[in-house]
Amino acid sequence: MEDILYTISVYTENNLGLLNRIATIFLKRHINIESLTVSSSEIEGVSRFIIVAYMPEEQVKKIVKQIEKQVEVIKAYYHTNEDSIYLQSALFKIKSSLLFDKRQIQNIIKKSNAQIVTVNREFFVVEKSGRKEEIEQLYSDFLPYGIMQFVRSGRISVTKDEMRISDILKKQLN
Amino acid sequence: METTTKPKEVIDKKEKLNITGAEAVVRCLIEEGVDLIYGYPGGAIMPVYDEFYKFKDELHHVLTRHEQGAVHAAQGYARTSGRVGVAIATSGPGATNLITGIADAQIDSTPVVCITGQVASHLLGSDAFQETDIISLSTPVTKWNYQITKAHEIPEVLAKAFYIAKSGRPGPVLIDITKDAQFGEFDFEYTPCKRVRSYNPVPEIEESQLIEAAKIINAAKKPFVVWGQGIVLGKAEKEFQDFIEKSGIPCASTLLGLSAMSTEHPLNKGMVGMHGNYAPNVLTNECDVLLGIGMRFDDRVTGNLKTYAKQAKVIHFEIDPAEVDKNVKTDVAVLGDVKETLTAILSKIEKKSYPEWEKRFDELYDIEFKEVIDDQLNPKTEGLTMAEVIKYLNEQTRGEAVVVSDVGQHQMIASRYSAFKQSNSKITSGGLGTMGFALPAAIGAKMGAPHREVVAIIGDGCFQMTIQELGTILQTDVAVKIIILNNEFLGMVRQWQELFFDRRYAYTTMVNPDFIKIAEGYGIQAKQVSKREDLKGAIKEMIASDKSYILEVRVVQEGNVFPMIPTGASVSEIRLK
Repeated sequence: MEDILYTISVYTENNLGLLNRIATIFLKRHINIESLTVSSSEIEGVSRFIIVAYMPEEQVKKIVKQIEKQVEVIKAYYHTNEDSIYLQSALFKIKSSLLFDKRQIQNIIKKSNAQIVTVNREFFVVEKSGRKEEIEQLYSDFLPYGIMQFVRSGRISVTKDEMRISDILKKQLN
Repeated sequence: METTTKPKEVIDKKEKLNITGAEAVVRCLIEEGVDLIYGYPGGAIMPVYDEFYKFKDELHHVLTRHEQGAVHAAQGYARTSGRVGVAIATSGPGATNLITGIADAQIDSTPVVCITGQVASHLLGSDAFQETDIISLSTPVTKWNYQITKAHEIPEVLAKAFYIAKSGRPGPVLIDITKDAQFGEFDFEYTPCKRVRSYNPVPEIEESQLIEAAKIINAAKKPFVVWGQGIVLGKAEKEFQDFIEKSGIPCASTLLGLSAMSTEHPLNKGMVGMHGNYAPNVLTNECDVLLGIGMRFDDRVTGNLKTYAKQAKVIHFEIDPAEVDKNVKTDVAVLGDVKETLTAILSKIEKKSYPEWEKRFDELYDIEFKEVIDDQLNPKTEGLTMAEVIKYLNEQTRGEAVVVSDVGQHQMIASRYSAFKQSNSKITSGGLGTMGFALPAAIGAKMGAPHREVVAIIGDGCFQMTIQELGTILQTDVAVKIIILNNEFLGMVRQWQELFFDRRYAYTTMVNPDFIKIAEGYGIQAKQVSKREDLKGAIKEMIASDKSYILEVRVVQEGNVFPMIPTGASVSEIRLK
């Protein structure tokens, strides 16, 4: 079966050790996690994991059930890119002199819809949010001029479908 | 329940019980109905042990000789008593020594709560003496775990631990308690846990699944049931038997399902799996409907999945949704507590019988009897077989004993040939295959069912893995009967070396100590038998004893367990020799 890029969303209690428990599920099956983001969710006290990984559909179904089996996991879902709205953020640190000496740099920033976050005498920082490919494009555009530092976040994503986590929590408390 | 009758204001005025975390641990255990725990003391758990001293009339502590023995004993206790087993140890090596037992309980779904001491919270992460990150270490092998760093967390966390360990599909829970949390004082109050909002232990039954399953069952021409430990854990033996008797479907057990149905029942066709019976394995690939009930299609049951029951429609009765479609693709999954789902489906199925189909089981049984069983039970050669030991044991116990077995050839022989009349009678390490499980598990099993005969069947290799637990027998005087089937080999590995490695016996021969002298050293009555004419009498004497007893039986050295499904082969390619 073909490996597909899946976004796995996990709603959990905000408990120490759960990250370890969820990561172990992937490790045990030798699946490499492409990106992982943990944050608060729309519900107070409930965390949300966004995990991105390649695997066949048959396997993602099993993985999601293994995740849901964990006591402190409220619900887990898997989605393809088509089912969700997603992006990543990146920061580029570049020498300030380039901003003034190379006009081309300013065009690159404008064209890519990136933003300058800060400028000082030594360096400036560009922030770009978007699809991974857009960030990669910007990276290769900057590369010839020299990038002092680069960092990209994990994917964040919301789904087109409703999640109904509050309903699940209410039901399990009754 | 005195307090429930008191008016509310009296309860409110009740003085708060200000106690230490250590005392709270003991009070929580008592509140949960625990009266027996297994453990081993050490620095980081000493405050709790000090409370054990004070509460020794209410809570009995059994000192094992190794922490692994404590978990296995708790497992044995849980499996005969149907209650949660409890093991306790100190930090560092005490905690890591529990891991094998915890992993065993996880894969075999045994409800166990393990409590470990931990260094004081200000020392966490400092590589302090006997500090180990037992939370990280135990995460992959626990159903849940938690580290307590404040005394006031103890009642709520322990209540949750017991609830999680025993609810839904049971499993082990580990609670790590820092030493300062054991010393800390707080106002104690205990409320048992009834739910955890993120945890749904038993899926709701869906009527449509029952209807769909019943439709397939009613239309079946050659249906076959494989049941597992879910029947025992779900206390659904009666419901299962009612289902089998009404549906008329021939059935077979997994290793851990054994004893849930009497071995004398005409529809019980034996055991499936690598060393299971011939008929149920072969006919798995001839049936038109395969029902898995409270089992998980383990690889030792299925053999090669590509050729496993491909011709059949598969119905899976299961409490854990993660097991559905994990190994075998099902046509209908019936999710829920098996006691409830089997009750609910009973009125939907027709009363039937399958005499022609059953005849196939009989025919294949006759082949297995001629090729394997007869020679094993009634050998014509001089040396004793493991199977004839089990045969005489069955005669003496009338199939009413709890049979605890270790791992290897003797385990398979004990499982194949033991007679069972009542449930909760077969205890063995199934999923993990932990050598050394049987001796401590048998100690726990006997304490969990003191009025039952408990017989441990142990190989000479396994016995030496946890031999130190003879000290626990000595100290507690627990009347466990032990049969050592001594072939002076690590028999199962040797069998594989013989069959698949051209008889290159790499490090499987055992030079053994004098087991009788060892038994004597521990004050346990013991006897060695090597002749057929002495065997029956020796087993009789062992069973008649009201004390612990070790019977060492010298069996043939190079005996093999057949039938056998070689690794990678199909269930229908099971070998008789």
